Order: sequence, then C-alpha cells, then structure tokens
Amino acid sequence: MELTTILFLILSLISIGSAVMMLMSRNPVYSVLWLILLFFTISAHYLMLNAQFLAVVNIIVYAGAIMVLFLFVVMLMNLNADTEPMKNYRLQLVGVIAGGSLLLILVSAVMKIENNQPVMLMVGDYGLIKVLGKTLFQKFVLPFEISSILFLSAIIGAMVIAKRDTPSQITKGETEKRSS
Amino acid sequence: MFLSIDLIYILEKLILIVIIVSISMVVAMYTTLAERKVAAFIQDRRGPNRAGPFGLLQPLADGLKLFFKEEIIPMFSNKFLFVLGPGLAMLTALMTSAVIPWGSKLELFGREISLQIADINIGILYVFGVVSLGVYGIIVGSWSSNNKYSLMGGLRAASQIISYELALGISLIALLMVTGTLSLKEMVLQQQEGYWNIVYQPLGFFLFLVCTFAECNRTPFDLPEAENELIGGYHTEYSSMKLGFYLFAEYINMFISSAVMATLFFGGYDIPFLDESTLPVNVAGVLGIVALFLKIAFFLFLFIWVRWTIPRFRYDQLMGLGWKVLLPLALLNMFLTGAAILFFDK
Repeated sequence: MELTTILFLILSLISIGSAVMMLMSRNPVYSVLWLILLFFTISAHYLMLNAQFLAVVNIIVYAGAIMVLFLFVVMLMNLNADTEPMKNYRLQLVGVIAGGSLLLILVSAVMKIENNQPVMLMVGDYGLIKVLGKTLFQKFVLPFEISSILFLSAIIGAMVIAKRDTPSQITKGETEKRSS
Repeated sequence: MFLSIDLIYILEKLILIVIIVSISMVVAMYTTLAERKVAAFIQDRRGPNRAGPFGLLQPLADGLKLFFKEEIIPMFSNKFLFVLGPGLAMLTALMTSAVIPWGSKLELFGREISLQIADINIGILYVFGVVSLGVYGIIVGSWSSNNKYSLMGGLRAASQIISYELALGISLIALLMVTGTLSLKEMVLQQQEGYWNIVYQPLGFFLFLVCTFAECNRTPFDLPEAENELIGGYHTEYSSMKLGFYLFAEYINMFISSAVMATLFFGGYDIPFLDESTLPVNVAGVLGIVALFLKIAFFLFLFIWVRWTIPRFRYDQLMGLGWKVLLPLALLNMFLTGAAILFFDK
C-alpha cells in the first residue's frame, strides 16, 4: 500500500468514527466537540486532494467560527441528558423512516458512479488558491457576485431581527450615548 | 530507496520542531520574568531579584512551584474536558510556529536546512485558522469547570475573539493584496528586496496589532479573566500546572504573535541596510535569526509596556471598538489599498 492510501484509510476511520460519536453522544457539548473533530478530518481529506485553500477555509469558517457559536449556544442553554426534550416514540419512528430513505437514495446515487476513475490523491492544481481565484473571478464571476449579495442581505436581515428594541431600551441607549 | 531519504527529511523536521517548541517555551518563561521586571521598572520598584543573579532563576522557581502545588479537580466539573482545556490552549498556541520562517537557511553536514518547518503556500491563512481555533481551549476549560464566573469568562473570550478576528482577517487581506502571495517565506524574500510591508500598510499594521492584543487576551482587552469582576475568569477553578498551562499559553501566544507581526510587517529575518547575499550562508542565517529575535523582543516589550500603562476596557467599550471602529477602518484600509494598486499599476 502507498503512504497516501494508508493515510486515507486512517483519516476515513477517524471521520466516520467521530461522525457516529457525534450522533451517539448524550451530551450536546460532546456532540459539538466530535463535530469539530469531524471538520478537521474533512479538512485533512481536502489536503490529500491538494485543495489547500478549501481545507483551510473549512477550518476557519466551520471549525473556527460557526462551531464556536454552536458551542456558545449549547453552553448557554445548559442542555443536559436529564433535560433532554422529545421522547415521543412515534416521532422517533418517523425520523428513522425519513433518515433511512435518505440513506437509501444516497447509497443508490453513490453506487451509480462509475468507478473506473478513482480519486487522484495529491495531484492537480484545481484546489490551489491561484487557480481557484482565477476561475471564480473570470468564469464564474456573475454567480459569485450574486451569491455575495445574497450573503449581504442575510447579514442585514440578521441585524434587522436583532435590533428589534423595545422603547425603554432605545431611550436607555440614547442616554448612555449622551453621557459618554 | 525513497524510504531512507524520507527518514532523514522527517528526522530533520522533527529536530527543527523540537528546537522551535523548546525555544518558544524558554522565551515564554523569560517573558514572564521580563513582565515582572518591566512592571517593576514602570512602577518604580525592583521586581524579583532573589532567585539567582538579577532574579534570572525566578521563572524556574515559578515553574517548580506550579508543579508542586496540589492539583484540584472540582467534584462537579466535567473531568475529561477539564483536563483537555489547558492542553488545547497549549496546542493551539504552539501550532502557529510551524509556518513562520525563523531564518533563511543553514548548511550543516553537507545538507541545506531551511529554517521553516513547513513552507505551505497558504501560510498566512493557516496562521489565521489556528488563531480562530485558539478560543477552544478557553471555552472548553471554562464550561467544564461548572462555575458561573468561569462560564462568563469563557463566553466573553468567545465573543471577543470572534469579533476581533474579523478586523484581523480584513487587515490581513489588504496585506495580501500588496504582496500577492500567501506564503510567509515569499513575503520575507519580497521585503528583503524592497521595503518592509509596514511602509505600504501602516494602518493595516496598527489594526493587526490591536486585534492581536485582543486575540492574546492581553490588557487592555483581558476581559475573559478580569480578576476584579470574575475572580479569575475562565481559569478560576484551575490549580497547579493546569493553571500554569493557561498562563503559559498566553505568553507563547504573545511570542508567536510577535513573530508573525515581525514576519508580516517588519521584514522577518531581514537585516535592515545589509545585503545578506554578500555574506556566507551560515553567517547570514545566524544573523537573520538574531535580527528576527530582536524584532520579536521589541514586540514582546510592547505587549508588556501596554499592559502596565493602559487600563482595562469596559466590556461594551470593547465590543464597540471592535465592531464600530476597527472593522470599518479595516474595510477602509482594504478599499484604499485596492484603489492604490489599481491607480499605480495603470
């Protein structure tokens, strides 16, 4: 076996293991921590495919920012195994059926992929930042700009929702401004 | 055989890693002494002067004290995460050192050894990624302590680091637009030939500096451990060497951040007004390391100087500064840099 194959196998084991552990943990904080480990192994997979930019952005955005907020919320809500909501038997059954059918579709889609072109490890420069940037800003510049406008509107929307002040808070903010 | 060559390469990198990690530790140890000495000087005192000449053995005595103290793990804490927290803090503090070019190169035993653990072409993004992970040690430790002061400290740390990361990242983007590369090594080479990046990015450097103070939890932004509001903040429940790890990680963070600032904005291992290519390789390499460490020492002094000069911010002032001052300034800096590049290239 080549070194990259061995690495790939180890990484895959860790990522599947941490994904399973994320689902199995009773404590939501543990779930979040397992998910962070999963993001790390996915980044390592990107690195093996020579997509360095994608790997590091995955770390910065998901592991570094989004999961910190997740952890933040989970800790503030103080969720425990004892206060776990929803033990409805029927809902669990429905969840199992829905998840199972999704799995079925995914497996059938994966089975259809022709396997005569195995994934090439550590070759190609498609994931490097130079190539990626040129492709994004030349070939796909319109979709890129449109999606950034979408992001901007999402940010503004979040701000509008968060800024729904009651009258008493508004006057309090104004007095603070005046005094400072 | 490819395996034997590989092994020597791996050995070389391993030795380099061990050397750099131990140097980080030693520098962090002596930064604690420097902190106390400089504080004493600023407050017109003598500072520690009993252990060894001029108190030079004081860090060793402090370390021994921390090792020998009783270790208490609170009964209602989450034991595994309680131990994991300081470890994570230390790990993320040390990880950034991998991409910093500590010197040009040395020739030993007929091999050319590059004084950088990994010259990856996304170096600066790697630094940014690790910085964004630095908060996990604090959050995990603070939550697992099961103490409300700890939790408050952890929440403050999380929101503070996320807020200041934005301005940090955008000031870095402006720097990237000037240099056109993400590799730290290449940035140093560019600065050796031309001017230091501080000439092109004065505002960017200032923003980076302020955000670094916030990311390292240093005064005036040390709200997560504000001792007169939160007892000890996120490390209230910690004792013995686990507390030592948290305190130590802060000093290592300072050291590595100083190295990053010196590399990005002040030419890294470049010696000003000297053409390194005229010197023999080894001499240039060693002098380069000395130059880099002098620059780092200056930034470490700056960290300490600011701590003993400027009082702590209030929490809303901290958030206001991050979101209403630094972020718009960083955006303006990016815009001006882009405009200047467009204007001068045409």
